[in-house]
Amino acid sequence: MKRKTAIILRYVILVLGAIIMLMPFLWMLSTSLKTQPETVKIPPIWIPKHLMFSNYVNALKEAPFLRYFINSVFVTTVTTAGQLLTSILAAFAFSRLNFYGKNILFVIFLGTMMVPGEMLIIPNFVTLSQLHLVNTYGALIIPWLASFFTVFTLRQTFQSVPDQIYYAAKIDGASDWHYLWHVLVPISKSTITAVTVLQVIGSWNAFMWPLIVTNTENLRTLPVGLQAFTSDAGTNYALLMAASTFVIIPMVILYVFLQKYIIAGISKTGLKG
Amino acid sequence: MLNEKPTLKSTGKALLYLLPMLIITITFNIYPILKSFIMSFYTKYDFFRDIVSQYGFDNFKFLFSDPDFHIAVKNTLIFVIGVVPLTVIISLAIALLLNRITWLSGLFRTVYFLPFVTSTVAIAQVWHWIYNGDYGLLNYFLSFFGVNAISWLESPHYAMLALIIMSVWKNLGFNIVLFLVGLNNINERYYQAAKIDGANTWHQFTNVTVPLLSPITFLVSVNGVIGSFKVFDEIFALFNGTPGPSKSALTIVYYLYQKFYTEWKYGIAAASGVVLFFMILLVTVFQLWYSKRHVHY
Repeated sequence: MKRKTAIILRYVILVLGAIIMLMPFLWMLSTSLKTQPETVKIPPIWIPKHLMFSNYVNALKEAPFLRYFINSVFVTTVTTAGQLLTSILAAFAFSRLNFYGKNILFVIFLGTMMVPGEMLIIPNFVTLSQLHLVNTYGALIIPWLASFFTVFTLRQTFQSVPDQIYYAAKIDGASDWHYLWHVLVPISKSTITAVTVLQVIGSWNAFMWPLIVTNTENLRTLPVGLQAFTSDAGTNYALLMAASTFVIIPMVILYVFLQKYIIAGISKTGLKG
Repeated sequence: MLNEKPTLKSTGKALLYLLPMLIITITFNIYPILKSFIMSFYTKYDFFRDIVSQYGFDNFKFLFSDPDFHIAVKNTLIFVIGVVPLTVIISLAIALLLNRITWLSGLFRTVYFLPFVTSTVAIAQVWHWIYNGDYGLLNYFLSFFGVNAISWLESPHYAMLALIIMSVWKNLGFNIVLFLVGLNNINERYYQAAKIDGANTWHQFTNVTVPLLSPITFLVSVNGVIGSFKVFDEIFALFNGTPGPSKSALTIVYYLYQKFYTEWKYGIAAASGVVLFFMILLVTVFQLWYSKRHVHY
């Protein structure tokens, strides 16, 4: 009997917690489908009388959210693909090749990982303006084409692949290049998927950097565009919530399908500190 | 191959593999670290033509006498003290509960983790609405307990609390996942041994779980402190591009942003970045020192 009470108590607490966690999302969705008078009703209405899908259409009309969406997709795709490519190549060098200065270079990079990125914004902005790249896609993409964090994670995975596989490939006449792309990368598929998904989420949600390096509407990504929209929307919360839902939906879908990899990625990389 | 000595040939080959990563990281990670330190000593600077006519300690002197910077440091510390212990305690409690159920545990984990994958800016909009003084959901719930309407985002007394609540909510899932990994790594035999010795659930928790989980708890806390030092997006989005009412949510990174982006005082902004760097360095050094001595592995 006591055991049963304990189990029930656990579920009660977890369900209450889950309700608190989900409430903002449900409130966002619910408000996004209301008429404006319904949004300010007290007591609050959870299920609107008529589902106002037109709020979504109107929000997309009031600000160029489709343009922001395309920008976000483009920047996220190029950044993630580029970062993956540079990181796979570098991780291979760190895990398989011997070269002068390997350890020093590795220690320097580990050291740079603890430097707050916010500190680098000012000199990077100056560099980009000297290259005439401020307010271009280049500014949104180029600084993020390499990440030592990704290199570090991939190196750990590459190193865990047994040496014998490498020598077997060599005996079969495979070059290092061939071994990397046809053996090592396929073996490390799950880690690569994990870092890819985490990078996609990071790029999609990035705010401070795109806010600083873009100043025209055409170049805004979704988070920056949404922030700008808050002043246009004013107190029209139905519209604002529709726009916010539009921004988070792609990542929620990605999360639902690739949850396994995201959690595995966090478990693996989060613990290295 | 692996144990061979490096040669010029192998170094050249490795360099080709490293080159794309090196070009980017040297330009946008290594060089700007050095440049930040140098810029913090620029006192007369023409950024358009990149001409520095005077160096000195004036930027740091300015920071130490600027009341706004004092507010920023104080608020950052309040934010850290508000967010980190709450997040650690709540996420540990939820991880412990999740670890002891089987039915629906995956679903719960999915729900708790959801805020982590969603845009801070988008999520802050709904919190902005929840915190609304007149029509907000939070005041509505509080009215059941006889609490009078609070203007969460307009009152300097409540703005920081509002920011902390939202941040704890957003960070929980990430820490729950780390705690779950830690709990899974504890060998079941320790619990069996404790049971044989007659330990009840509470004693198992204090004598097995807590010490064996201490590396994770420590790591989660340190990561939380470092992450909280850098808070910016949450503030910008929650307070619509202001540092809160009467600067009540002005933090170090927000201060840096203001000096750099709105006031174009690059030297002072760089100097505040250097201060942030040393605060994080201090935490990191403490982490290394402490985990060598006190954390049970």
